[in-house]
Amino acid sequence: MISAGLMNTLQVTVLVLVAAGATVVVRTRSRIRQVLALSVYGMLLAILFLAFQAPDVTLSELTVGAIALPIILLLAIAKVRKREQ
Amino acid sequence: MTARQRLWFFAIAAAGLVACLLWAFTGLPGFGNYPGPYGQEILRQAVAQTHATGVVSAVNFEYRGFDTVGEEFILFTAAAGMSVVLRRLRKERQTEPAEEAGTRTIPATSSAVRVAALLLVGPTAVLGWWLASHAQTSPSGGFQGGVILASAFILVYLAGEFLTFRRLSPVALLDAVEAAGAGGFVAIGLAAIAMNLPFLDNYLPLGQYPGAISSSGTIALISFFVGIEVAAAFTAIIGELLEQTLLRRA
Repeated sequence: MISAGLMNTLQVTVLVLVAAGATVVVRTRSRIRQVLALSVYGMLLAILFLAFQAPDVTLSELTVGAIALPIILLLAIAKVRKREQ
Repeated sequence: MTARQRLWFFAIAAAGLVACLLWAFTGLPGFGNYPGPYGQEILRQAVAQTHATGVVSAVNFEYRGFDTVGEEFILFTAAAGMSVVLRRLRKERQTEPAEEAGTRTIPATSSAVRVAALLLVGPTAVLGWWLASHAQTSPSGGFQGGVILASAFILVYLAGEFLTFRRLSPVALLDAVEAAGAGGFVAIGLAAIAMNLPFLDNYLPLGQYPGAISSSGTIALISFFVGIEVAAAFTAIIGELLEQTLLRRA
């Protein structure tokens, strides 16, 4: 078992990382880079849920936040770019 | 409104929000202290009642199975709406063939991407299938497994071509599987009503002991139907989007 102190440290660390990740996503200007940052942010959220002992939500966040949503956004951006040309 | 005025406006609103949040935080229960009675009660009863050691799945597919049916149909409706909307766009383009004549050349997919994607297809499909079929014994479930299964098809697209992706996942098949998944879930629930039991009541044998793959009765079966529904829905959504974006390439 992981000790409670270590668990608290882990939780606080991941919370800080999530806040930083969200800021990076919002501050990123390029659309493609923003989607990639969002994907990494989805990973961070998944780790956050794991640190707070919700493995089922971790799996959902991993699949939707880090895989499904970025793919759909990338395809939408590709579609819009094709229009613009 | 000048930039300065806007900043003041924001500062007042933000201060109000912070004050409200701080006030609300003081009323929260302590960190990690769950005050409701249901969580503890479910933890005490669920394994003995359902023979599912994945208690989250027991909650999702049995105790609040009716809610999950609703969530299931959100995705079903989204996929259906997507194909309806994009179908109209496809027709629009057919009336404008001049737009197709692009001078842009599309770079070929590099071997590195192809090999990596190809190597990942098998393990990804197995992982998705494993997650969807082990809801009763692990914190996974049909939803997570379904999305990962769908991403195996996307890897096929990355490793090869859109045509291969389409040949592996024809639209008619995806629609049929999606409908079978969503319909199967509801049919399990209706079968319970036919037996004079409440909707989605667990009427199948629970298996010999909790934690076995064959345990948990309808929970495992519902997870399977959710898995194929989600996999088909996501593959259909991605397929429609790919078709929209890459038709010229195919």
